[in-house]
Amino acid sequence: MSDIDQPILSVKNLTKRFGDRIAVNDASFDLWQGEVLAIVGESGSGKTTLLNCASARMTPDVGQVSFRTRHEGVVDVYKLSEAARRLLSRTDWGYVHQNPADGLRMDVSAGANVGERLMALGERHYGRIRNEAAQWLSRVEMQQDRIDESPQTFSGGMRQRLQIARNLVTRPRLVFMDEPTSGLDVSVQAKLLDLLRTLTHQLDLASIIVTHDLAVARLLAHRMLVMKDGCIVEQGLTDQVLDDPQHPYTQLLVSSVLLP
Amino acid sequence: MSAVTTLDPAINLDTGYNFAYLDERTKRMIRRAILKAVAIPGYQVPFGSREMPLPYGWGTGGIQVTASIIGRHDVLKVIDQGADDTVNAVNIRRFFQRTTGVVTTERTVEATLIQTRHRIPETPLQENQIIVYQVPIPEPLAKLEPREAETKKMHGLSEYGLMHVKLYEDIAKFGYIATTYDYPVMVDDRYLMAPSPIPKFDNPKMNMNPALQLFGAGREKRIYAIPPYTKVESLAFDDHPFEVQRWQQHCALCGAKESFLDEVITDDQGGRMFLCSDTDFCQERRGEVASTAALVERPLSGSV
Repeated sequence: MSDIDQPILSVKNLTKRFGDRIAVNDASFDLWQGEVLAIVGESGSGKTTLLNCASARMTPDVGQVSFRTRHEGVVDVYKLSEAARRLLSRTDWGYVHQNPADGLRMDVSAGANVGERLMALGERHYGRIRNEAAQWLSRVEMQQDRIDESPQTFSGGMRQRLQIARNLVTRPRLVFMDEPTSGLDVSVQAKLLDLLRTLTHQLDLASIIVTHDLAVARLLAHRMLVMKDGCIVEQGLTDQVLDDPQHPYTQLLVSSVLLP
Repeated sequence: MSAVTTLDPAINLDTGYNFAYLDERTKRMIRRAILKAVAIPGYQVPFGSREMPLPYGWGTGGIQVTASIIGRHDVLKVIDQGADDTVNAVNIRRFFQRTTGVVTTERTVEATLIQTRHRIPETPLQENQIIVYQVPIPEPLAKLEPREAETKKMHGLSEYGLMHVKLYEDIAKFGYIATTYDYPVMVDDRYLMAPSPIPKFDNPKMNMNPALQLFGAGREKRIYAIPPYTKVESLAFDDHPFEVQRWQQHCALCGAKESFLDEVITDDQGGRMFLCSDTDFCQERRGEVASTAALVERPLSGSV
């Protein structure tokens, strides 16, 4: 079996407890190159904890997370040294926060925000960093002349675009997104979703999107996991899960969506 | 009158205190921190900073370092912004005169121990000298990353990309690297270090300096060091290299071109003059012995 036949990210029997409370219980899933996976469920169901454990931002109590790297084959993320893990998470991975202020440096300009990862990787040529930043601003459909402005002056939608550009500048292969569109109004949401769909397709990105909005899952995701009380109760192709839900909770979830 | 002033211990020595104010255990603790700092150039060693008889921000860190390494045969020089006769320098010099009775000097070449705030003397330092810097904020990443646990991790893993974000911001805003003091340096290709608020003009002097350089931050409770002949490199971009300040003018008193100049406003008609910030250097060039008398005569304002 060659490398490419293996999943890019594989989570096995992952459990995370907070004291006596079980946040994620024995979760397992695989993610393949270029695939978008949605994790849906009500709030408190452990979606974000599962995402944080999978993205090495929070250490799970039990379980294994393995990632197929570019050059070194499949590695166990939690057996890597901390230095290697941090390098991985700012090169080959991206993480988009629900609140853009958490993922951006709000007191430096948009250009510096996008360029930070490049500088962290040792790029020391101002002109090249700036060009790259400007290009990424256009790719996320922002005006290039706002490159020197602070994110403080940006609207919520623009901040979210900037956060996406900042993550994608190192051409990651895997992006984690935690409710990327939930703080935005409906028309901005639609534009951002459209952008995300284009970018994930163009860059052949694998991504995991946590959302409580089934419409987002329907639009972006190839596959989805449904979580309830820390357990994955159902998983499968998005259309299959949404059109023919098997688990009673999924049926409830799907039927509770209001149609305009 | 000789430039070296010897005190009469019978009159001036404050006998109520231990030699150099600190008790011997404290000095030993600080010396251990200094040894560790010298062993790991640029690494910030925590130490149990003591309450000193002057406020934080006045050089409590530098004073504690000086107090724990000063010996009876040391010759001490204290400078503040290059000058020996400013408030901070005068008070710290008097503090050590009263608590140690050591010989003090204003001449860089005569000193074995130099405590400094915001400058490195123009006269090159020698192997037998130690320079002690007073440091307000030892953490170069402090303004960019407020979490100290995170900055420690970044030092541990050599993740210093963030410092360039600051320089990037400067260029984006001003067209050049506008940081002029406390300009970040890499020590021995390993640790990012804040050189204390010296002008970046002085940064190249730190590189391969024959003297031992010690840094003390009293409020932040950190000591770090650059051992003699250690590589110290100022950060920069390939297309925006590191540059020091230059002046069109010469020193109005000694005519020096290559020293760090202070601009002094002389009247309210736009009159101004440029003077060497390093008073000892300026006086040496004018052929005057740096005696107290000469200092009083130095025109700080008035007619030019």
